[in-house]
Amino acid sequence: MSATESGAVAPVRSDLAHGLRRWFSNSGVTVGGGLLILIVLCALVGPLLVPHEAFDQSLIKRLRPPAWSGGLPEHPLGTDHLGRDYLARLLWGGRISLMIGLSTVIIASVIGTTMGILAGFYGGRVDFAVRFLIMVRLALPAVLIALAIAFIAGPSLQLLVIVLGLLLWDRFAVVARATTLQLRNREFVVAARAVGCSDFSIIMRDILPNISNQIIVIATVEFANAVLIAAALSFLGLGVQPPLPDWGLMIAEGKQYILFSPYLITLPGIAMMLLVLAVNLLGDGIRDVTDPEAKGR
Amino acid sequence: MSDTGPVLSVRDLTVSLPHRMGRVHAVREISFDVGRGETVCIVGESGCGKSMSAMAILNLLPRGAVRNAARLSFLGEDLLSAKEKRLREIRGDRIGVIFQEPLTALNPSLTIGEQLMEVYRRHRPSRQGQARERAVEMLGQVGIPSPEERMTQYPHHLSGGLRQRAVIAMALMCEPAMIIADEPTTALDVTIQAQILRLLIDLKNRFGLSLLLITHDLAVASRVADRIVVMYGGQVVEDATTQAFFNRPMHPYARGLLGCLPSLDPETKGKPLQVIPGTVPSLIGDLTGCTFRERCTQAGPECDEGIIPLRSLDGHRVRCVRAFGEALSR
Amino acid sequence: MARYVVRQLMLSLAVMVAVSIVGFVLLRASGDLALRIAGPEALADDVERIRVAYGLDKSLILQYLDWAWRVLHGDLGRSLFFPEEVSTLIAQRLPITLGLGALGLGAAILIGLPLGTLSALWPNGILDRAVLAVAVLGQAMPPFWLGLLLIIFFGLTLNILPVSGAESWRHLVLPTLVLAIATMPTILRLTRSGMIDALRADYIRTAKAKGLNPFTVVVKHALRNALIPIVAIAAVQMGALVGGSVVLETVFGIQGLGYLSWESINRADFPVVQANVLVLGVIYCILTFVSDLLHAFLDPRLREQ
Repeated sequence: MSATESGAVAPVRSDLAHGLRRWFSNSGVTVGGGLLILIVLCALVGPLLVPHEAFDQSLIKRLRPPAWSGGLPEHPLGTDHLGRDYLARLLWGGRISLMIGLSTVIIASVIGTTMGILAGFYGGRVDFAVRFLIMVRLALPAVLIALAIAFIAGPSLQLLVIVLGLLLWDRFAVVARATTLQLRNREFVVAARAVGCSDFSIIMRDILPNISNQIIVIATVEFANAVLIAAALSFLGLGVQPPLPDWGLMIAEGKQYILFSPYLITLPGIAMMLLVLAVNLLGDGIRDVTDPEAKGR
Repeated sequence: MSDTGPVLSVRDLTVSLPHRMGRVHAVREISFDVGRGETVCIVGESGCGKSMSAMAILNLLPRGAVRNAARLSFLGEDLLSAKEKRLREIRGDRIGVIFQEPLTALNPSLTIGEQLMEVYRRHRPSRQGQARERAVEMLGQVGIPSPEERMTQYPHHLSGGLRQRAVIAMALMCEPAMIIADEPTTALDVTIQAQILRLLIDLKNRFGLSLLLITHDLAVASRVADRIVVMYGGQVVEDATTQAFFNRPMHPYARGLLGCLPSLDPETKGKPLQVIPGTVPSLIGDLTGCTFRERCTQAGPECDEGIIPLRSLDGHRVRCVRAFGEALSR
Repeated sequence: MARYVVRQLMLSLAVMVAVSIVGFVLLRASGDLALRIAGPEALADDVERIRVAYGLDKSLILQYLDWAWRVLHGDLGRSLFFPEEVSTLIAQRLPITLGLGALGLGAAILIGLPLGTLSALWPNGILDRAVLAVAVLGQAMPPFWLGLLLIIFFGLTLNILPVSGAESWRHLVLPTLVLAIATMPTILRLTRSGMIDALRADYIRTAKAKGLNPFTVVVKHALRNALIPIVAIAAVQMGALVGGSVVLETVFGIQGLGYLSWESINRADFPVVQANVLVLGVIYCILTFVSDLLHAFLDPRLREQ
């Protein structure tokens, strides 16, 4: 992203210190960011530290409860219906959820931001077309469409990410369009145009860096959204497929044992909730710091 | 209540606000009276505490603000110890308030009629049925054409001047004894300003109101006031009858303000307007010396020490160490 | 105003056409319909006959127009599984989904509006922080998981509520609760921020200066203005609830439109899926349109434009 670097205003030294203090004094950023870093570390390093493999089955050790409710000490969070270590699977599942959230957001943000900037920058017919596409996208029942496509094309992790990326771009487009509209007539854009900069270079150097804060905030919202929707699809059997330890899928697999092994359902849900919570808090924090006007919204 | 006493009597009123650097003393021990049928203008730059003083009377201060006073009485009734419930009875009934921005002072989603009638219904519950009649009458009184039609219109239908007239009508709904007008003409066009000012004077005379007018504009004050109270840095720095004040302003700040006024006086006409150098002092922390000394052209070492008292001569009060020395020497 | 309404209607119509095209494409992508209708044991000749009889030999554009023409006449096609017509199926299932959505939204408003208002009265106070924490948690919980938790707790542990179906009001308690918790944070945040803005407004100071009591000031003067965007959002939220009904209805075994879609996808009964996509799209369009109208109706400044 060389455009971002060249376009951003270089902060003065004291401003930098002041800025850092502002970031770190925001509880959303510190708590959400800290939690997210912790989750990422667990997901990346955790599976290496746990002595069990997430995929190793053991039929004699099926459905052992967590250690605190009478399970085996070597399986602190118990085992699932195939005797697989639940802790290992939860940690592995973190990788999948992070991967889904990140990939979806990358696809969706590229599509949505491009459309939004073009609409806001050129206006007129381009704008009308983009607004129409946004309306159509919002009118489409996302979960239903995703389920149908997954059924037709055969469910898989890759397909899930692509479909979600193609469905969750609308907020990026709405926000990019609105902010670009505000920027379009600002002095520095008018000046850039007056000295004959090309549209492309104006967009890359003057528009994109100035809307990046809002886009990042939307990215956190959609990250959380993607994780939740993906889990729902996996739960319905048309998302991530076994034997991958996706949290949504784990909840679906645990559903049969809901009566005697509820931890199979509660644990992955808590993991998912922590991830979504971390991302949402971080997003709120970033918005509060970068857009103090909107604080607390 | 006595018929001869002042309608409003304020003694040593202070208002302070919380701030992360310490408490902000927005108003420091100000005192003034508003007599029956009298118009008193509190004059000063923005941030001098004049609006805070006015809002403190009815306890309409922002959250966290603390007010205190040796006396704060309205028609003989103590407003300082009055319960919030009693204050609500007085607000809008015995004391009407007019705010600066007619654009935002009216609720955008309620009709003009509703906003007028609700005051009447609130304070005259026994005469509910007459609210409409009264509202139409008051709209007529403040010179709004076709008041019947205006009743069902929303604020955005009205021009700024008409809106301010509607706000004035609202303040007059319950025949108050006093009106507090906070910069009532500042947000308006110059021509409209003159009209609204004329209307205020006219209504004041017609209804025998007392008027407490807050303004930064000495020209406005000179036209309507019986008495002028000049505030600076949260303090009263000069307080005199309009005539005495304009004849012989004593505080250097007040003189500076007068120097800023465009004049029709042939002697000074054509000369450039003066500007008082410097900015309003910080209101945080305790006070030593004169608040104006850093901007004052005549300040000496004696201005740096202690608390400068408000001294009085023939009802003309001035907070300046040199004031009466100078006066006596003349 | 009339011009605005007509323009919005035209736009909504265009959106519905686009949605119907997506539905149509989904159906075509799901496989050879003639083969599905004829069944696995049909002879090649029979398949061809069915293909001609159903007009499946025509070009895709003509097929789409055929279908659209029938839709306009209330014929949403035939299910490959159920004996009923798709329109009958939807007429049976839709009220359940809409009713549940309305219940959930109603509960969310009932909780979110007062809490958001109280939050705004003392921003950053203890109550505000607690309420915001609840909202953040509510937003982070996957609804289907929350549904399962409620089933575990109320249905299995306490055994006081039924966990599946929609036969009585008691069946609706848990799904309504899930929908309410999922929607409440949005309503709450909007109310809070709207009320904070409204309470700062000059007209609130005016209202106080008129001697009105605090309740009147907050409800009549502040909430009235803060409510305008919330009403608009509520309609859109309803659309989201109905659109997201697939997951929840599956968890609670409620025979609504979402469950029907889910069953139909798993049975490859794509005529039903196609119709459901269209119906959900139309509902969304209607709700946004209603939301625009409501917005204009409530805000006197918009009313005349």
